[in-house]
Amino acid sequence: MSIDVETARKVAKLARIRVEDAALPGLAEQLSGILTFMEQLNEVDVTGVEPMVSVTPMRLKRRADVVTDGNIQAQVLKNAPEAREGFFAVPKVVE
Amino acid sequence: MTANSLTIVAARDALKKREISAVDLTMSCLTAIDAGDGLNAFVWKTPELALEQARAADARLAAGDAPAMCGIPLGIKDLFCTRGVPSQAASNILKGFKPEYDSTVTTRLFGDGAVMLGKLNMDEFAMGSSNETSCYGDVVNPWKVDDRKLTPGGSSGGSAAAVAADLCLAATGTDTGGSIRQPAAFTGITGIKPTYGRVSRWGIVAFASSLDQAGPMTKSVRDAAIMLQSMAGHDPKDSTSADIPVPDFEAALTGDIRGKVIGIPREYRMDGMPAEIEALWQNGIEMMKGAGAAIRDISLPHTKYALPAYYVIAPAEASSNLARYDGVKYGHRATLAAGDGITEMYEKTRAEGFGPEVQRRVMVGTYVLSAGFYDAYYNRARKVRALIKRDFEVVFAEGVDAILTPATPSAAFGLGEMADADPVEMYLNDVFTVTVNLAGLPGIAVPVGLDAKGLPLGLQLIGRPWDEAGLLNHAHVLETAAGFVSKPEKWW
Repeated sequence: MSIDVETARKVAKLARIRVEDAALPGLAEQLSGILTFMEQLNEVDVTGVEPMVSVTPMRLKRRADVVTDGNIQAQVLKNAPEAREGFFAVPKVVE
Repeated sequence: MTANSLTIVAARDALKKREISAVDLTMSCLTAIDAGDGLNAFVWKTPELALEQARAADARLAAGDAPAMCGIPLGIKDLFCTRGVPSQAASNILKGFKPEYDSTVTTRLFGDGAVMLGKLNMDEFAMGSSNETSCYGDVVNPWKVDDRKLTPGGSSGGSAAAVAADLCLAATGTDTGGSIRQPAAFTGITGIKPTYGRVSRWGIVAFASSLDQAGPMTKSVRDAAIMLQSMAGHDPKDSTSADIPVPDFEAALTGDIRGKVIGIPREYRMDGMPAEIEALWQNGIEMMKGAGAAIRDISLPHTKYALPAYYVIAPAEASSNLARYDGVKYGHRATLAAGDGITEMYEKTRAEGFGPEVQRRVMVGTYVLSAGFYDAYYNRARKVRALIKRDFEVVFAEGVDAILTPATPSAAFGLGEMADADPVEMYLNDVFTVTVNLAGLPGIAVPVGLDAKGLPLGLQLIGRPWDEAGLLNHAHVLETAAGFVSKPEKWW
């Protein structure tokens, strides 16, 4: 599978990483190389094999539906690049 | 010999007998760290915190009944969140991030009285095999045989270099595809990746959640047993953490492996494998045989597909995990131009904050998870992963107790030597270690010998799920038989 410049642009967009136009051909080439490497997987017969979803076969534990944490607004916001009036602040989202 | 070069065992015993104080031991490490800046292993030093913890440890030791890790000075990989201390995963995107909490692992270690000397360098977000992707710059391997500076391996390169250079008694590491075992092998130390679920992942910056596991990096197998004891155990805050008893790992080091069956997987005999690695492996087989173990040739037929499966699954999980770095909640936010909206904020922040390898993996992950490719790549990789796990289950069911393989395909290489290589070439470093993460098994790297140039080489033992105790005992036997005592000559 070879990735063209347009696909590289689309992947960068989906990943929300700005890639300058000049860097797209190089990126496409690298991604193509990695995907070619992955294509070895097509040699494996996976008929009837269930995809692995859990590393060790165990049931997720359940716990009582009670509040175990909270009331730490200042701590939550402490590392925010911008916080105002108890909220995370971001550029305007809705016109 | 100064106190910083002690093992955990020796320090524990000396501390208990009050032959040395935790403060003196810590001071000895802090001095070594300051003299070791040329290695670039420690990226954030915490001497005040260390001395405060050491004083508390001394009080506890004086009162008697202190845990084994009490007063032991450690380095902590930058991937672990440590309260009030920068925890950046060696990434610019977490610049300035000081967690308001401690990871479960550091909480447990500190609860047992361990001392934190500072934070250790690593590959950015643990993505790398040479510690060259860090925002703090390369770590240098204390081992040196010519005028080249060598890589300590990665991603736990700072941990490996710090332990090998006696800047600390031991360090925490994490292992997603070999990131504890490969650097341990490159620096002549011991590193164990426990069974998936044995150690809590809570508070460790996530890379690939179904593969990540933390473990100790130490100067001996016994030290690894002692430190893992403190790190391991159930944690309700990690839903994949196993609620099963943790055995006494040190007590398991009986040195007796008579009658145990050691599997030698034929698929690990790679084309073009250096003769030295082959000879090392053969020596290891003889050592296990000499200790009374039965050697059995085994087959793990899907080994060849482990790396390509890994490089689908790990980036897929990384692309999801790293979506949280958006310039909103913590870390870096790009300076925006007039009229930039939230999408520009995300895109610019992530382009500035992530290094090239992280960007590449996030984009690969995004691609393999995208509509139309999910089945072809991601689901297929998960099916192959199931087959890789099954390979191991079959040999364990047939009575194999542990599996012996090389740890790395070569000794440490020079920093910068892979700069022009294809990303895939760097990935080949994980060829012997990555299967273990995919199958969720415990694996340990033990230093066994030196190559012709004088660089350390290690072997890997792979154990049954949850059998770290047995695995450590096998490793202890290998360590004893190998008698590896070489240390890097101080040049830094």
